[in-house]
Amino acid sequence: MGNWLVDHWLSVLILVAWLGLNIFLFVYAFLIYEKADKYFYTREILGTALAFARASALCLNCNSMLILIPVCRNLLSFLRGTCSFCNHTLRKPLDHNLTFHKLVAYMICVFTAIHIIAHLFNFEHYSRSQQAMDGSLASVLSSLSRHEKESNSWLNPIQSPNMTVIYATFTSIAGLTGVILTIALILMVTSAVEFIRRNYFELFWYTHHLFIIYIICLALHGMGGIVRAQTEDSMGESHPYNCSKSFHEWDKYVSSCRRPHFEGHPPESWKWILAPIALYIFERILRFYRSQQRVVITKVVMHPSNVLELQMRKRGFSMEVGQYIFVNCPSVSLLEWHPFTLTSAPEEDFFSIHIRSAGDWTENLIRAFEHQHSPMPRIQVDGPFGTVSEDVFQFEVAVLVGAGIGVTPFASILKSIWYKFQRADHKLKTQKAGHAALNFDKATDILTGLKQKTSFGRPMWDNEFSTIATAYPKSVVGVFLCGPQTLAKSLSKCCHRYSSLDPRKVQFYFNKEIF
Amino acid sequence: MGQIEWAMWANEQALASGLILITGGIVATAGRFTQWYFGTYSIAAGVFICLLEYPRGKRKKGSTMERCGQKYMTSVVKLFGPLTRNYYVRAVLHLLLSVPAGFLLATILGTACLAIASTIYLLAAIRGEQWIPIEPKPKERPQVGGTIKQPPTNPPPRPPAEVRKKPSVEEEGAGGPQVNPIPVTDEVV
Repeated sequence: MGNWLVDHWLSVLILVAWLGLNIFLFVYAFLIYEKADKYFYTREILGTALAFARASALCLNCNSMLILIPVCRNLLSFLRGTCSFCNHTLRKPLDHNLTFHKLVAYMICVFTAIHIIAHLFNFEHYSRSQQAMDGSLASVLSSLSRHEKESNSWLNPIQSPNMTVIYATFTSIAGLTGVILTIALILMVTSAVEFIRRNYFELFWYTHHLFIIYIICLALHGMGGIVRAQTEDSMGESHPYNCSKSFHEWDKYVSSCRRPHFEGHPPESWKWILAPIALYIFERILRFYRSQQRVVITKVVMHPSNVLELQMRKRGFSMEVGQYIFVNCPSVSLLEWHPFTLTSAPEEDFFSIHIRSAGDWTENLIRAFEHQHSPMPRIQVDGPFGTVSEDVFQFEVAVLVGAGIGVTPFASILKSIWYKFQRADHKLKTQKAGHAALNFDKATDILTGLKQKTSFGRPMWDNEFSTIATAYPKSVVGVFLCGPQTLAKSLSKCCHRYSSLDPRKVQFYFNKEIF
Repeated sequence: MGQIEWAMWANEQALASGLILITGGIVATAGRFTQWYFGTYSIAAGVFICLLEYPRGKRKKGSTMERCGQKYMTSVVKLFGPLTRNYYVRAVLHLLLSVPAGFLLATILGTACLAIASTIYLLAAIRGEQWIPIEPKPKERPQVGGTIKQPPTNPPPRPPAEVRKKPSVEEEGAGGPQVNPIPVTDEVV
């Protein structure tokens, strides 16, 4: 636990700050709407549901602003690049951008639920007070009609006792945009669950573009000015403290109280989301621009087990070990971009990826390259983007575990270590690199061509770890995994078990990467 | 998008709709909104839909991740045979269930979502998809040491594993035309 906290303190801090921000905004807005005098008459009809609705609305605005930022991968790459003097712990949160995106999305769902439930109560209360014949303050307020000369005096958007709440909802901008954007949100969430995302990625990707509808409807949502507060002038003239009890005598010569006047708020959501939208549009333009740069395919290799290797060159392309690129093939699919780890080392004069057949897009891509007589499909590349594997050179002893296609990041690392060794690069701290590739019965690794000790079957991690701990009792060992979650759990446990409590003795640091 | 099984998404959407119907129904009933009895209906319909949609069907290709504890509902849903297997029936059923909830604002979101789920099920049915129950397999837990096998007895080149049947193992094939830029010497450790 201590080791984990040392590695992840910045992520924990960001999370705590974000939760704190949400709590603060919620309480702040809640207190305003629950206590402020200008909402006195509004509260008379609506009660506390008004405060809940507005507080959740403020949090929704804030989270809708935050949700677009983690998906601007070029922006994040830029931040990582300018921050290269920071140690890897400070840059780690940038790797968890998608996790943050999902957390913010869950928060949006929670606040949407609160917001909708509160507004259901609000509409019901407006409807009831319009139909009430009991002469209460609420019913008097509701009878302030918008069609009279002073068009500002209305409070209740439901103007006639015959108007149903459904009619009121679908004929108001707020109601209509609210329903549309909620449906868009629900469709985005149901198509983004892990099961659908892993197995039917295209469905997730295309459905997720409904966020455009969400953003547009959110910007329009507040335009109707349906949440009303008493105007300043009206408060100066007839403050609710003085006049609320004598509502039977408003506007009569005898009393000094006039009927209150109300005004709606101007919409605020656009102020929150304008900057992230601009950033995101810039990000998409940048992706497009980068993708238009020519990629020359220098070599295509079909490996057995349906693995395609592409070696490419692109002007101005420079990479670090373990980074990945997004690849698009217009002849397979115009709009889809898929990530692949770079398997070449930075020292080589080309960059390469290995693609395994794992779904529609990859299968079609492999098939497109298999036709030797038709012209080579064009490839577009965006990237490179960085991941955890860059840190592997900082450890004296590195243990790299790759399962299946998960060996790809380590291919790049091993090749690079080998080049650095050959060129006697002094910045290389790594003295020993052990590679456990969970492939079966091969004498040579197809990716690197390095000969290695061949073992068969699953390694017994306890044995491996205790051997390493005995062989390097004073070293810091970095354990890097690219593979399935179950393997991550057992390796992570072994790291904790075999790390010595004494910080001068052997320490295992665990890093994992899962696409 | 050729390999998409629409029924899988319809299933997620219907499950979500069920939960939304239950929530809207509870709000309407607890708040005693106008015509709140539609809310009570909505709760009942939502519970029924959640129970029906909870067991995930089996994917056509590859392994399917079961929902936690779904095997109990799978045995119940299986009993209805063609009524639950056929997606046309589900599409019509969901459409009919969604209509009464459309009379109440609190549950109209559930109606919209369920109607969308019904449309996706219709699409799935047109494409010939069917609900196949996930049968429990007898679980064998191999000892970690037990996966260490004998080295292969035949010399290389050995055919890749697709030729030999190994269903639960991921691999890349043997050999490969990779050329080393600098010759590699073999170190026997």
